[in-house]
Amino acid sequence: MTAVLERPGMIEAKPARRRRVSISAVVPYLQAAPLALILGAFLLLPILMIAVVSFWDYDFAAMYPDFLTINYADTLGSWVTWKTYLNTLKYAAIVWALTLFIGFWVAYFLAFHIRTTAMQMVLFLVCTVPFLTSNIIRMISWIPVLGRNGLVNSTLVEIGLIPKPIEWLLYSEFAVVLAMVHLYTLFMVTPIFNTLMRIDKSLIEAARDAGASGWQVLWNVVIPLAKPGMAIGTIFVVTLVMADFSTVQVMSGGQSASVALMMKNQMSLLQYPAAAANAVVLLVLVLLMVAGILRIVDIRKEL
Amino acid sequence: MSKAAEIDIVSVSKIYGATTAVEDISLKIPAGTYCCLLGPSGCGKTSTLRMIAGHESISSGDVRLGNIVVTDLPPARRGTAMMFQSYALFPHLDLIDNVAFSLKMKGVGKEERRARALEMLKLMQMEGYAGRRPAQLSGGQQQRVALARALITDPEALLLDEPLSALDPFLKIRMRAELKKLQTSLGITFVHVTHSQEEAMALADLIVVMNDGRIEQAAHPRTVFERPATAFVARFMGDHNVVSGRVSGSRDGMVVFDVPGGASLAASGQGRAIGEPIDIAIRTDHVRIGDPPATGLGFTGITSNIEYRGSTVKLSVNGAGIEDFTVIVDDTSFFAKPVAVGDAVPIAWDAEDAIVLGRLDS
Repeated sequence: MTAVLERPGMIEAKPARRRRVSISAVVPYLQAAPLALILGAFLLLPILMIAVVSFWDYDFAAMYPDFLTINYADTLGSWVTWKTYLNTLKYAAIVWALTLFIGFWVAYFLAFHIRTTAMQMVLFLVCTVPFLTSNIIRMISWIPVLGRNGLVNSTLVEIGLIPKPIEWLLYSEFAVVLAMVHLYTLFMVTPIFNTLMRIDKSLIEAARDAGASGWQVLWNVVIPLAKPGMAIGTIFVVTLVMADFSTVQVMSGGQSASVALMMKNQMSLLQYPAAAANAVVLLVLVLLMVAGILRIVDIRKEL
Repeated sequence: MSKAAEIDIVSVSKIYGATTAVEDISLKIPAGTYCCLLGPSGCGKTSTLRMIAGHESISSGDVRLGNIVVTDLPPARRGTAMMFQSYALFPHLDLIDNVAFSLKMKGVGKEERRARALEMLKLMQMEGYAGRRPAQLSGGQQQRVALARALITDPEALLLDEPLSALDPFLKIRMRAELKKLQTSLGITFVHVTHSQEEAMALADLIVVMNDGRIEQAAHPRTVFERPATAFVARFMGDHNVVSGRVSGSRDGMVVFDVPGGASLAASGQGRAIGEPIDIAIRTDHVRIGDPPATGLGFTGITSNIEYRGSTVKLSVNGAGIEDFTVIVDDTSFFAKPVAVGDAVPIAWDAEDAIVLGRLDS
């Protein structure tokens, strides 16, 4: 803006022209500098370091600067890595499908069935209440609910529905998925709610006027227009699940693996370069997934 | 598509909680009429339209379209199509799919519905834009697409909610000519909601002036303008001076009434009780500067403002308890005998130009 405003003055006052140009040319860079510095120092630099370290050599005690591809060869050549990646992707797919389904309907209910804006905001805040506690606490509080002698099992046994406690409720893949859905559904609700709120209500009336039934309105108008929100929610959920290690560790009781958990184990064995190589592979994979999502859905109008 | 339906609204009311948006209105719109619902915002005209369309439930009363009572039918089964104020085109669909939407809902095959939609776009001269999205169109083009989408359902009546309000003044006049042409060629009933009396006069065969949820007058534009039924209609249509007073007697077949603050005026009419309130309307262009032909058909006032408008001159006159009485005189007669601000001028009109207005019973 400053640059544009300065221009008429520049033509009138010719002698000052050179100096004015240089100041107005620098201003936008100065304005962008704080954010660029923060992102550079806390995002780009660490990623760069990880990329550099991933080529280093290491033994049980130390790391040696080098340029080796053995860390990548080890990571990609191991059957365990592939199985762990597949397992993580499986979690991502299941959790994505469930959070999308639940998130869409919660957002739909909030946006179209709650009449007053005040009530919408109250209910939306209710959705965020669990987030006032930390992830770990919310996860751990599942244990007394799902445990062998937990709430669910003891209730079911007491009313005589099952003869003995169900074993797969806790420390299983089921428990991992349940906790992840619980943790991440809100990340789907928020962007979808946002897009649904922006849908002009007269579009729905226009669809009704054209003879569309409730489901036809949903399928032909609401869902297509909610796609950008779904895409943003998908990016949140997929990246969160792909990077998750605590939920998998706690809820599976160490019986299931994820890529991030594998990295955490490598780091506790001081195999930093191996963990770094793994991190780079995961980063590339997640970026490819995000790029894929952005290719399918245009989210620009949401930003 | 020459089937047109008569719309019959029978003592319809719309009540939202404690407020009454539409109060017990009855209206017959003959088949093939261009009807304009005219009134200020909040007068109930849009609610009335939406009740005909089926987008608003009817609190009491009935709406009949042709021979069918449609009060409880969903919008799509009424034989009406609605064009929304902001056009409500689907932003994620191209023009063909927008126009073909209702056919898709009915389960018409893809090839057939696209062909019919293209046909409809051709009728609106929009076939060149068939592959575009609504956001890539101008306001006038969007309106044509919205019309095409409404007309593809082959409706008996087209309902338009302030269709021209989103357009710039120049386009407004062009699109309104197109609407009129379209209505004439299709022969179906159009119901058009507007707050512009100019638009209503230009388009309608039947103007329905609404105020406060009630119909003040429903008649041909010429009747509405020349014989406004109530003071509200006269004021809303513009170009009228409304003078109110109380009846004080009668003379020579004329009612004589006193304006609070001075003048005693007369207007043709009979059978009015003394002391009864009365409103009359006098067209601003039927007033002249000069002496009245008979007592009570004019007054003398002070000119408070003069506006030159090219072919006419507009004078505002205050006097005899009447504020801001507007006189439109043509430029030649004004400049033959010019008047300045602050001058006392005699104002006069003919007996047939003083129209006694009615009042709605409240």
